[in-house]
Amino acid sequence: MNSTVVSYFSQSNELTSLIAGLSKLLGFDASSLVAFIIFAIFAGIIVAVMATIGGLGTYAERKISADLQARIGPNRVGPFGLLQFLADGVKMILKEDIITSNADKFTFNLAPVLCLVGVFATLAVVPYSSGFMLADLNVGIFYLVGMASLVGVGVFLGGYASNSKWSMLGGMRGASQIISYEIPATLSIIAIVLLAGGLSMKTLINGQGGAPQDWYLFHNPFAFMGFFVYFISALAETNRAPFDLPEAESELVSGYHTEYTGMKFGLFALAEYIEVFVVCGVAVALFLGGYKVPFDLGSGQILVEKLGLDGMIAQNIGQFLELGSFFTKTLILYYVVIWVRWTLPRLRVDQLMTLCWKYLTPIALFNLIGCAVWMYAFNGKSIFTLLFHAAASGGGHH
Amino acid sequence: MSTLNLDVYMPVVILIALALLVAGGSLFLGSLIRPQHPNKLKDTAYECGEEPVGTAWANFNVRFYVIALIFIIFDVESALMFPVAAVFKRFNEIGLGGTLLMSILTFTLVLVAGIVYCWKKGDLDWVKSFNQTNQPTIARKE
Repeated sequence: MNSTVVSYFSQSNELTSLIAGLSKLLGFDASSLVAFIIFAIFAGIIVAVMATIGGLGTYAERKISADLQARIGPNRVGPFGLLQFLADGVKMILKEDIITSNADKFTFNLAPVLCLVGVFATLAVVPYSSGFMLADLNVGIFYLVGMASLVGVGVFLGGYASNSKWSMLGGMRGASQIISYEIPATLSIIAIVLLAGGLSMKTLINGQGGAPQDWYLFHNPFAFMGFFVYFISALAETNRAPFDLPEAESELVSGYHTEYTGMKFGLFALAEYIEVFVVCGVAVALFLGGYKVPFDLGSGQILVEKLGLDGMIAQNIGQFLELGSFFTKTLILYYVVIWVRWTLPRLRVDQLMTLCWKYLTPIALFNLIGCAVWMYAFNGKSIFTLLFHAAASGGGHH
Repeated sequence: MSTLNLDVYMPVVILIALALLVAGGSLFLGSLIRPQHPNKLKDTAYECGEEPVGTAWANFNVRFYVIALIFIIFDVESALMFPVAAVFKRFNEIGLGGTLLMSILTFTLVLVAGIVYCWKKGDLDWVKSFNQTNQPTIARKE
């Protein structure tokens, strides 16, 4: 079994004996069945955690915007208003479901589901820690880019099927924006794939270390620029301000989801907030060292040596440290996304297209070439390694 | 173990099923308890309180089409670039990095020529400027 949650658990003897016992009981090889059950449990956990993070994202958005504008924000439901997202969810379920009489009903219902499917499918390859990862696909990042573009289809179909002018404008803008910004984002990802030499998330992260100087962000100047290109493009791809033209509330009422009511609107919102987490997670995995913890604490090897802990316990502690490392970095980026939204004004459509095609795409192409040349010229060494070697050999002469 | 192990895609299928379950479940749960009082005005499209005129499925601005065309070129490019990028490090280690670098450069050069052409033609401008080259002919006659 190639996948990581199952392979992590199959290290323990209990699971092996459980599989053997079940196989004997059922009369066939039960390892696939057990793998399925473990996957189902962990997929359920991840979806529950992500739905909570998406919900808390809406809360954080309102609370942080309130702070930035010297307001109080939601504070009635639960301690500090923390349960506001549950109240919102209940409200959305209770709302009447209106489908306008002119709308294309099948496509209208399909659109929010497509958004949600696209975002949930990307969760499979997000690397939470070295052991807690649903699928380490050998085409990991390629699969993620492909699945994430389903969201664009959902946004466009939602705008088109509503048969309302506001929705149509929002859907058209959304589609053109999402596909345009996919180009610089993908080109920045390819530059990192060049450095790592593989498409699977594990390969991408294993090329980095826990400490900042081992991250791909500081590998070379081109990767450093690539991070910002990727982050800006990711903001645009998730329709976040300052690129929220598809839903621009002051000009298009609510854009592509103008005609959506109740839970169907809720599904769009949930998909958007989870997608923000996913793109932040990808930025962390590609540029900021992913789940790696400094001093190789993640493998638990140092705990066994210094503290004399049992191997399995040390490994589990390591996993929790890795989870903490990944979630801390991702949530910091999540905060930056919200911060940007409430700081910068919205762009115009022509500025949006100019930024994408005349600035980000050429810069991303330049970064790609730069990374390739760097790999060839310095044999894949990072700038810190080169500086260290230069300093060491320079010191030797004196 | 064969290299093509479809078991690794099991979580993907489970997650897609869960997404359908979350979407379908919440909508079904809502259908049991939410009110349902449709009327003719409520079911019209929202146009700021006015009755909607015509359909939204009309001809749309051709600029979106141009953007989509340019996108397809670059999307195919990035799809073709992924495999080369994935093997670049390994090729570099066995001394074939130069060959691969040349192929990446050549490929990108063709694309850069494409984007420069689009740029020159003004297809990257959202608002086309009315300079001498594409001024409407009617305006010139007057």
